[in-house]
Amino acid sequence: MSDASTGALSQVLTRHADEVRTAWLDAAAAELHGRSSRGELDREQTEIFEALVGGLADGGTTLRDAAFDQLRGILADVSAARARLGYTPRETAMAVFALKEGLYALVSDASVRTDITSLLRLVDDLGLYTFEAFAEAREAIITEQSEQLLELSTPVVKIWDGVVAVPLVGTLDSARTQVVMEKLLNTLVETGSEHAIIDITGVPAVDTQVAQHLFKTVVAARLMGAQCTISGIRPQIAQTIVSLGIEFGDIRTRASLADALLDALESGGRSAAEVTG
Amino acid sequence: MTTVAPTTTQRLEVRGDADVVRVRQLVRGVAQEARLSLVVQTKLVTAASELARNTLVHGGGGHVTVELVTEGARTGVRAVFADDGPGIADLDLALTDGWTSGGGLGLGLSGSRRLVERFSIDSAPGAGTRVEIVTWSR
Amino acid sequence: MNDAIPILKIGSTLLVSIQVDLQDTTALRLQEDLAERITTTGARGVIIDISGLEIVDSFIGRMLATVAAISQVLDARTVVVGMRPAVAITLVELGLSLGGARTALDVDRGLALLESDDTPSAGATLLDAAKRRAQ
Repeated sequence: MSDASTGALSQVLTRHADEVRTAWLDAAAAELHGRSSRGELDREQTEIFEALVGGLADGGTTLRDAAFDQLRGILADVSAARARLGYTPRETAMAVFALKEGLYALVSDASVRTDITSLLRLVDDLGLYTFEAFAEAREAIITEQSEQLLELSTPVVKIWDGVVAVPLVGTLDSARTQVVMEKLLNTLVETGSEHAIIDITGVPAVDTQVAQHLFKTVVAARLMGAQCTISGIRPQIAQTIVSLGIEFGDIRTRASLADALLDALESGGRSAAEVTG
Repeated sequence: MTTVAPTTTQRLEVRGDADVVRVRQLVRGVAQEARLSLVVQTKLVTAASELARNTLVHGGGGHVTVELVTEGARTGVRAVFADDGPGIADLDLALTDGWTSGGGLGLGLSGSRRLVERFSIDSAPGAGTRVEIVTWSR
Repeated sequence: MNDAIPILKIGSTLLVSIQVDLQDTTALRLQEDLAERITTTGARGVIIDISGLEIVDSFIGRMLATVAAISQVLDARTVVVGMRPAVAITLVELGLSLGGARTALDVDRGLALLESDDTPSAGATLLDAAKRRAQ
């Protein structure tokens, strides 16, 4: 496709703008029945259409060309917005592919002599690009959500003056254990607490890596001047720890969270009677 | 849709004690630009401090280059420590915890390797030493 | 940049607060100055506040451990206070310990720790006396 013909394509589109846009809008609106209003679709399509015509006038032949920078930007924005609003991939891509309906109208129009095959090919590219951008946006949402979930699943709570605890529930993987570690240590500083308790009653299994992370957390807390106790180790986990040969060394372990709390309070200089009574 | 951000490489000579501090500050600045988390930043800067001191003490001085790198949506920091010193004859031994040629703790090389995501070392007797480290934002 | 780090004396305790990015020579000088001041003042405790430090690498870590060892020989206790979480995590990963140095969350708690420590066990006293004689 030569520069002259991209110019010609741009002219054809401009001349038959109303015809093309109406067919495009009808097709898109039918596909999205009610999800987007005609007004919204119309605004969106105006932007895309103008960027497309502008890009063609600037000699753009494939979507990768610099002439289509603006068009790619618009498509990426539209796709990302749709991904966030929960549109299906089909709905997102169809909004662009519907442009072909407008172009088919040109093919059957005898007054149009320009060959628009390359334009149809370009629309295919636009559709694929939209699809990619949509997938990428979804990917970003998933990552974001899994991070939020990580935050939610590791509540570090102050359970007494000078004692913070994190009750862990569910399977621990390396990433989650690391998040817990950081959050727990930061909470020690923020609350000025000298005791931390990691309760793993709700943890069904612990592997070598996770045990290492727990171990490191205890050592790091000690470097900061705090005491860290691990409570609620199930019999199976104790067996795993021993059979894996993990050195738990002088790490303080207690049977239950209550025991660990009592212990922390006692070593804080208060007698158990004072605490319980 | 891989984008390559314009990266500017910054270079520092390591000739004295004060330069080690400068390397730390430079690496921290780039790490912040790469939006590394505080813990990841701290690990990277600590590794850079160890390696810059190695360049100075064992390599007899050299230079450090630091740059922001991108790969898709991730950003990271790459730092290279190079000297024309005596080089290292036995790399495996040098990377062992507790092994030291000077009076240190022997944690400089082996320890800093644990603090970053990618660590590669290139050295031979008489050919100097080149250590490259990379850490990503996620 | 090469300024010495000031050492404050409060009662029988020496207090050092490191607020600048430590250069190796500055760290070594602090180590020497502290040994000097422990002997001249007869201090029983040393508190090193590192809450201002963004990193502690093996050199600074070794300096802290050495100060602890020296002070122990001179019958004083060293408490390192205020280590930031990110620094602690990094030190563990690096595989570094602070030797005989004790730790506390902040200066207040460091002082309290030294107070509660002021009555050493008989065994420790004998050991310290032997160490002093050996000097």
